[in-house]
Amino acid sequence: MKLNLTRRRFIKGVIASGAAATSTSLWYAANGASRPPGAVERLVRLNVNGQTRTVDVAPQETLASTLRYKLGLTGTKLGCNRGECGACTVVVDDIGTYACSVLTHSVKGSKVETVEGLESANGELHPVQQAFVEELSPQCGYCTPGQIMSAVALLRANPNPTREEARWGLSGNICRCGSYDSYLDGVMRAAEIG
Amino acid sequence: MTYMHIGKNFVPPDVAGKVTGRIKYAEDYSKEGMVYARLLTSPVPHARVVSIDASEALAMDGVFGLLTADDVYPDGETASVGLKILTNEPTLVGEPILALAAVDEKTAESAITKIAVTFERLPFVLDPLDSLTEGGPDAYSGGNTFVFRQGFASEKWSVDQVASFRAGNEPNAEPQQTFAYGDLEKSFAESSFVYESTFTTAGYPHHSMEPRSAMAYWENGKLYLHGTSQSLTALADGMASIVGVPPEDFVFINQATGGGFGQRARANSIPSMAIPAKLSQKINRPVMMRITREEEFTIGGARQGFQGWIKVGFKPDGVMAAADLFIVSDNGGKGGGADAFSAADAISILYQTEAVRFRGTSIGSNTGHRGAQRGPGQNQIAPIISPILDRAAAELGIDRLEIRKINTPQNGDVGGPQRTPFTSAYMPEALEMGAEMFNYSERIQRSRQRKGTKVTGIGVGQGYHNAGRSGMDGIVRLMADGRLQVHNGVGNLGTYSFASTSRAAAEVLQIPWERVDIVTGRTDRHLPITSPQDGSNSIFTNTRTNYGAAQDLLSKMKEITAMDLGGDMSDYEVGGERIFKISDQDVGMSFAEIAQRGVELGGKFTGESELPEELNDFTKLSVSRLAGQALMGIFHDSRHSNNPPGFTATFTEIELDTETGKYEIIDMVTIGDCGTVVHPQGLKNQLVGGAVWGIGLSGYERHLYDPQNGLPASTGYWQSKVPTMLDTPAKIKTGWVDLPDPENPVGARGIGEPAMGGVSAALTAAISDAMDGHIFNSAPITADMIINQAAGVSSDAIPLAQNNFRG
Repeated sequence: MKLNLTRRRFIKGVIASGAAATSTSLWYAANGASRPPGAVERLVRLNVNGQTRTVDVAPQETLASTLRYKLGLTGTKLGCNRGECGACTVVVDDIGTYACSVLTHSVKGSKVETVEGLESANGELHPVQQAFVEELSPQCGYCTPGQIMSAVALLRANPNPTREEARWGLSGNICRCGSYDSYLDGVMRAAEIG
Repeated sequence: MTYMHIGKNFVPPDVAGKVTGRIKYAEDYSKEGMVYARLLTSPVPHARVVSIDASEALAMDGVFGLLTADDVYPDGETASVGLKILTNEPTLVGEPILALAAVDEKTAESAITKIAVTFERLPFVLDPLDSLTEGGPDAYSGGNTFVFRQGFASEKWSVDQVASFRAGNEPNAEPQQTFAYGDLEKSFAESSFVYESTFTTAGYPHHSMEPRSAMAYWENGKLYLHGTSQSLTALADGMASIVGVPPEDFVFINQATGGGFGQRARANSIPSMAIPAKLSQKINRPVMMRITREEEFTIGGARQGFQGWIKVGFKPDGVMAAADLFIVSDNGGKGGGADAFSAADAISILYQTEAVRFRGTSIGSNTGHRGAQRGPGQNQIAPIISPILDRAAAELGIDRLEIRKINTPQNGDVGGPQRTPFTSAYMPEALEMGAEMFNYSERIQRSRQRKGTKVTGIGVGQGYHNAGRSGMDGIVRLMADGRLQVHNGVGNLGTYSFASTSRAAAEVLQIPWERVDIVTGRTDRHLPITSPQDGSNSIFTNTRTNYGAAQDLLSKMKEITAMDLGGDMSDYEVGGERIFKISDQDVGMSFAEIAQRGVELGGKFTGESELPEELNDFTKLSVSRLAGQALMGIFHDSRHSNNPPGFTATFTEIELDTETGKYEIIDMVTIGDCGTVVHPQGLKNQLVGGAVWGIGLSGYERHLYDPQNGLPASTGYWQSKVPTMLDTPAKIKTGWVDLPDPENPVGARGIGEPAMGGVSAALTAAISDAMDGHIFNSAPITADMIINQAAGVSSDAIPLAQNNFRG
């Protein structure tokens, strides 16, 4: 199944779950560390980085919140928590996805990959990670996990992109340090060594 | 000169953590028993807190406590510029009033809705010129400006004076600040082309990717603060004072920082980190304060906007004879900032202007608080001045590159109000290199060529920032296994300079990089003080300190070897991780042997005595905690002479669509003059990163406020329009002059800020070129402005408007 969760569907989901759909209150609701009074426990089985994880997930909880605060996968960063910056990008069923804009219960049954799942068991870096090291693609590094996951999704769909295609493929990921050129160098190298 | 490390690429030790997600930013930490703080912030642009009733909130389950400005400032808030930790007189929307801690954020937020805060609304103003007008509102209760050592004051011009300025005329009011040199009148009289106009530049937020979240806890009387900073020890030194804890009881933990750009350089630019620290102290629990994007916008600072007037004169031979500037700078909601002075200084330096007069007045507005942002002043003026040079070139019949060469700074020149000599300057070489890489002589032929609605524009630009400081300290240690430890207090904001400056120490000892450990990331690892990591200074400042500390260590190593093996120190040399006798290389001691002997000898060898006299207090504390453990090199750097500049030269070609107002950057070449290159990949990253910032300054970034209610409308990335990958070229070509600076032991100077100015200057010039040389006198130049100009509408902005929807 390919996930095609639009921002509108996400917001509709949040409203349906009873949370106010303003960006400010969404933050706290989505980070819901505790259940609302009277709510029943919702254990959701998630496939994250190839492992099945059973998590207590609030109805309105975002995937970014679950990954960071329930599963301890803090490699997924929150830059804006409103679908603008791409720092929280993960791969869901091979599609680059903003984890801040996906409700966790909607990815039940999907394959979720985060930056922590890319290394092989023997510690060998994924070709995209290796290429980003060699090209010194990151600067501050805060957007890097998102850039990497977008690059992984791009290269699965298009293993030999042109630089222009790579530019479009990563265009949903903001880098305030402005390291775009070095990220594109990294994607092109990853395609070579992939 | 052949180096072992300098000028070579390497893998900085934090890169693996960045690509695997393992490196931790402040919000990635947690602590057993941690509770969560949320902020109640001001909903209005200017008000006074009359009362706070939190009784209902504090009675809620899961609520642990509250922190207000009265807790933080029991003697009242001081009348000073800059953000307070919390305040009872907010002067911008979103300023923190109180913080509440609860078991989770949702509970904290629910509790905050139960707090009744009574505000007395006060007049507010968004446009400094409105405030400057007689009878206009003031941004602060004490006035609309802050006079150094005197406090807040109210600065007013007559209605006619402001109206005249708005109409495009030279302001005739008294400025707050001025400098001048040369004979301005004579220089203008000798000019055959004079350009005069008003101009505006937008202020806009830093928008670092990592919101400034922080977590704090207290253990055994010590404060542990996980925070964010672009200058590790320099910020920690100031933050201890802000929190009110002795430096020896403060541990600042900051392994990585998600961007700084000026607003995380000094403690007073990020006082919000004191909130979890003080709340934790009050409720005796670890406190995490996560900051949202909207809050990051509010408390994260912004660049100063300019409303200015400029007059520039050129002699028939193209020499920039005179520049006269009057700038009203927008100091935002909390005062402070000196960008306008730096703008005039930059013109003096970059164009070697024979006579300069600067007049400046800083006025507050109830908008985001202002502070240093990447090239504060130098970069705002870069896109304003560059098209003026092109107009002068056209009028005088001189090529656009040539007029820049005529006025370029070079070795032996001076600049600025003090006529300060450069330590070195290779701008002519940068212009030559860039012109060749860009193929300028052929490309300039394409200037203004039309293809349907598309027009080609060619631009050349230059950037400058002072790029080096001194007076800091260095600590290195040789461990018992022969490894070198470089204690480095430089922040980790993405420049990798904490690592690249450490290589100066490795260079001195000729030790392989894999045998070097950089000790950094938290202050209880006992680090030396550094200058705040702003002003493009780190590579210059901290290669000096690390080089000096390693020289001290090497000297001690030779002394120990001579002591044990005979002869004089001068008989020995370093190489192959040994100190050996020059006359007989088989005679020597390994680094490990020397390190162990050093510990046996103690005293000056291990930092227990004979410390440099002028060592800073922060470093003394670190040395005292390391003393006796390993052979140490300790160094206090004396002051350098003159101005170490960072220069860039940029060339660009754009294709501008007059139907949409959009343009594609077809090619961009940017060259750095930053002395000897220490780390090529790091330098390339600074050049391309600065280019993206320059593209944002010229075309996109803005600060919008609702004029009726003073509400910010650009709190996110899209509204403030931070450039994305699609706004920037697919490839930015970079290069560097790579000639050494004599005031630095490895020849290095900084580059981060001028990398932005050169690009902004070139891109704005290219836009102007594509629009038949029209000078917009504005940064940014938005698509709407281009379309209107193409349609023959003179301007879509009210003259000098900024900080609201009109701009």
